[in-house]
Amino acid sequence: MYKAVVIGASAGGMYAIKTLLASLPGNFRIPIIIVQHLAPDSDNYLVEFLDKNTGLTVKEADEKEVVKGGFVYVCPPNYHILVEENMSISLSADEKVNYSRPSIDVLFYSAADAFQESLIGIVLTGANDDGARGLFYIKKKGGLGIVQNPSEAESPQMPTAAILEANPDHVLEIRQISKMLLQLANQNQDKNSL
Amino acid sequence: MKSDSDNTLREKIEIDLLIEAVNRFYGYDFSDYSKAHIKRRMMVFLAKHRFESISEMQHHVLHNPQVFEDFLNNFSINVTEMFRDPGFYSEFRKHIIPTLKTYPYLKIWIAGCATGEEVYSFAIMLKEEGLLSRSTIYATDFNSEALQKAGKAIYSIDTIKSYTANYQKAGGKSSFSDYYMANYNSVIIDKSLKVNVVFAEHNLVTDGVFTEANLIVCRNVLIYFNRELQDKVLSLFNDSLITGGFLALGTKETIQFSSIANKYSTVSKENKIYKKSII
Repeated sequence: MYKAVVIGASAGGMYAIKTLLASLPGNFRIPIIIVQHLAPDSDNYLVEFLDKNTGLTVKEADEKEVVKGGFVYVCPPNYHILVEENMSISLSADEKVNYSRPSIDVLFYSAADAFQESLIGIVLTGANDDGARGLFYIKKKGGLGIVQNPSEAESPQMPTAAILEANPDHVLEIRQISKMLLQLANQNQDKNSL
Repeated sequence: MKSDSDNTLREKIEIDLLIEAVNRFYGYDFSDYSKAHIKRRMMVFLAKHRFESISEMQHHVLHNPQVFEDFLNNFSINVTEMFRDPGFYSEFRKHIIPTLKTYPYLKIWIAGCATGEEVYSFAIMLKEEGLLSRSTIYATDFNSEALQKAGKAIYSIDTIKSYTANYQKAGGKSSFSDYYMANYNSVIIDKSLKVNVVFAEHNLVTDGVFTEANLIVCRNVLIYFNRELQDKVLSLFNDSLITGGFLALGTKETIQFSSIANKYSTVSKENKIYKKSII
């Protein structure tokens, strides 16, 4: 039973995330939380762009908001995002991690603590190594690790770092990642109805 | 994966015990902070001191006051910058300053001021609007070391470039370099900005009403608290604010779900500026 999907992306992430979300239906049951590296003064463009291109509802994550299926939560610029065990969002204005705020590692660590083996972590395109240690920690806690195939990624450095550090369960192209998420969500549903 | 769920449970117990130890021995209560935040700050501290476990950390925190000082700093870092969220300052200038100008005397409480960057940002803005000389800014934090830094007003020169950009975007009316003196690798903030500032130790979690303020600024502090503590602190602000006074929170914070929500009107939805309309 997966309780959450966490996704980290940097350079080239906007289109990668768009493609990933495009083939997920509006009734996709697992909440999705995304860190996309952005400039601190970015406006709401990413959220609007993603929301237009998927059946899911995409929104900027609010502090203390409880995450739900059918929704995609994007971290606001210039904050870190963390998830609590009770499924609520915490934001933080703490120091940058891996030169980034938001940092993918910060989200991944907190989500792995909160959801243990019931978590799916995904690292997409990017030109740094944020997310690699976080994905390792997700794996250590028994969660599922997926990384975008670096040969397909617009910037291969971040997925390559994640593969080397975390030894993920799957290295896939974006469209395959979507398919796998659908399968995993359906298994979720089957287990629910038993 | 049995071993790791054991580790997870062990860590949770250790964190709870350390929070209790710090509260009972030193009187600082972190029990109503966000759990994920506490865990993160503890792991950062653990890595910095190369402790093997949170239990080992607890031993050092309890037995060595210097380690505790550092522990406290680690919890109150509140990394801050001058004119963080320039849009907040430009909106404040446009929509709040004109009302503040109608008062003969202003009391401003900046709660959780950390190392003072926000305090001096406000002082600069008030000076440019001709308000600083009739204002008193009370700047408080629970961390005495941070307050000392704030009082010294010395900052790294590396930060100045981004502060200057922020200042310009925030609607600054002068040149940012008018407000500091550079000296080797640091800058010192101009003395005239400090004259009307009073730094004081105050813990939002455990201390009471502070002053009768015209304006309370508390940005990016409440995000670290759980809902119950947020509500308690917002009530404290409400009791410390005159009717017609303003409350400014961080851009991702809100009074919406709190018990004081119906007493306030929203001046800026985007920048979270509220006005107390009912006693």
